[in-house]
Amino acid sequence: MAQTAEAPVTPPPIRDERVGRKSTLGRLLARPEAGAIAGAIVIYLFFFIIAPPFRNANSFSTTLYVTSTYGLMATPVALLMIGGEFDLSAGVAVTSSALCASLFSYEFTTNAWVGVAVALVLSLLIGFINGWVVVKTGIPSFLVTLGMFFMLQGLNLALTETITNQVASPDISTLQGFGSAQKVFASSFTVAGVNIRVTVIYWIVFVLIATWILLRTHVGNWIFSVGGSPASARAVGVPVAKMKIGLFMAVGFMAWFTGMHTLFQFNTIQSGQGVGNEFVYIIAAVVGGCLLTGGYGSAVGAAIGALIFGMVNQGIVYAGWNPYWFTFFVGALLLGAILLNTYIRRRAEASV
Amino acid sequence: MSTPQDSPPAGRHAAPGGTAPRRNGNGGPPLVRLVNAGKRYGAVIALHDITMEVSAGEVTCVLGDNGAGKSTLIKIIAGLHQPSSGTYEVDGTPVAFASPREALERGIATVYQDLAVVPLMPVWRNFFLGNEVRRGPRMDIPAMKKMCKDEMLAMGIDLRDVDQPIGTLSGGERQCVAISRAVHFGAKVLILDEPTAALGVKQSGVVLKYIIQARERGLGVIFITHNPHHAYPVGDRFLLLNRGASIGYFEKSQVTRDELTGLMAGGAELEQLSHELEGAGGAAAAIGHELSEDVEELGIAHQSTE
Repeated sequence: MAQTAEAPVTPPPIRDERVGRKSTLGRLLARPEAGAIAGAIVIYLFFFIIAPPFRNANSFSTTLYVTSTYGLMATPVALLMIGGEFDLSAGVAVTSSALCASLFSYEFTTNAWVGVAVALVLSLLIGFINGWVVVKTGIPSFLVTLGMFFMLQGLNLALTETITNQVASPDISTLQGFGSAQKVFASSFTVAGVNIRVTVIYWIVFVLIATWILLRTHVGNWIFSVGGSPASARAVGVPVAKMKIGLFMAVGFMAWFTGMHTLFQFNTIQSGQGVGNEFVYIIAAVVGGCLLTGGYGSAVGAAIGALIFGMVNQGIVYAGWNPYWFTFFVGALLLGAILLNTYIRRRAEASV
Repeated sequence: MSTPQDSPPAGRHAAPGGTAPRRNGNGGPPLVRLVNAGKRYGAVIALHDITMEVSAGEVTCVLGDNGAGKSTLIKIIAGLHQPSSGTYEVDGTPVAFASPREALERGIATVYQDLAVVPLMPVWRNFFLGNEVRRGPRMDIPAMKKMCKDEMLAMGIDLRDVDQPIGTLSGGERQCVAISRAVHFGAKVLILDEPTAALGVKQSGVVLKYIIQARERGLGVIFITHNPHHAYPVGDRFLLLNRGASIGYFEKSQVTRDELTGLMAGGAELEQLSHELEGAGGAAAAIGHELSEDVEELGIAHQSTE
């Protein structure tokens, strides 16, 4: 398939004597998630030493559960960031989806699965609108999704209040289909005496799927290109608009999935929750090596970013500290990760 | 994926008379031809009455200073714009491309100076971007890496590591990746948008070498540049643009390098400048005199086209 026709004036290739072989360590450090892995190990050891309950397998399982609820969303948010866009509405979109499923099936007394399906349509639609407006207008996604964030927040509060006269959705655990939906979205099982939530499994599976798409399929190639240089991507025929809309819809899909977990875990949803989580997802992606400017990053990195977040979140509790310290730590982590990533990437690029 | 250069032309574009236009070389219609093409943007005339062509195994150079209309010309040939007057023919039949994709399907590939590659992506991913080799849902990564390495080797570039981000290559090497990519994917006509503009002397030489290689492989090349010293050694035809209009269209036998240089420098304008300087007296007059001698020597006062 390559053109094997001999080029008539092919000079003999010359190996460049100025370039040395890259060491294995150098190759590892060149990976986007290198900094996050180092950080995760340090933080794990830190809490392992200072917080004895942290060493317990069951409490680590709890840490993993907390991680997975953020990690699920951090995965598509990382893909979106690699594709060069943001989604600030991701946090409240989770709540919107859960409220939609809950209120729909409760008010119309349908099977819980009907509400689940309606919520899926709504979530994909939110993602589509975000992506469509960004692509059609060229307005930065930061602004478009900021608008969507406030609109959804208002809708969550106002509609819930109007429909139920309360700030939370009604308990739907008596509805038909609730049991099976709960099994799918919010069950847990025990392995060797350790209780493991099913979201941890889902999280790992989704991270693996996202990694496979990114690194092994042409879609992944296109995601990197639309974030790295949309004009170049367009010039070689990559459908840039479709890719971006698709990525926003992937965030929508995962907002639905996370929302369904929250709903079937707690039976009821507070209409004001979810605000601020969009930053957690973005922090996880950035700590995991995603560039704010797009075109670089990894799904595994975002997963490790979420793990760092989860470990600090739980570690502070196990260490018996005032939980107010948590946000300080998250901010410091973000700043540290950005500095480390910038340093590593410069070194990686310089030492090729 | 790529087609051999000398494959027969697709039958669907046969001329109405019944004889299919021959692609190869002498006698057949040129791969790409513009006849009296012009482009207006509202009241602005960006391009006026341009006639040019390129055939297989030929290099047509388009020379002009900034704002001469070179990029408008590229956009027409690449399918981004349609000419507002005149005709655009591919293989002897008039075409009206709605998008660059359509031009690409007819084998007309454009390598833009600044749009060629995605810097943070590895060389092989850039090479196959938009044309990935698939095996089922996956990409055939080992095959792609090997093909990329081989194709670059055929161009005389030995890449240490096709996994390195393409942004770490030199400007000349990046251009070469973009050129060999277009060749690999079956381009019949290559439009090169100022491939040497941002490069040093040696790197420019490397790129010029690949232009010659592409020509030897039977491609038609449209080489846009503002440097006559780059154009003359590789070109077969030369189109000179100034302020949106043609100020000369030559075959290589009709023009010397000095004449080309003179035309590019704007002979008539230089002549006028020399008169003005001479009129100013003093040191300026001396410079003006020198300038007018140069103009005379180059024989560029009022070169007319064929």
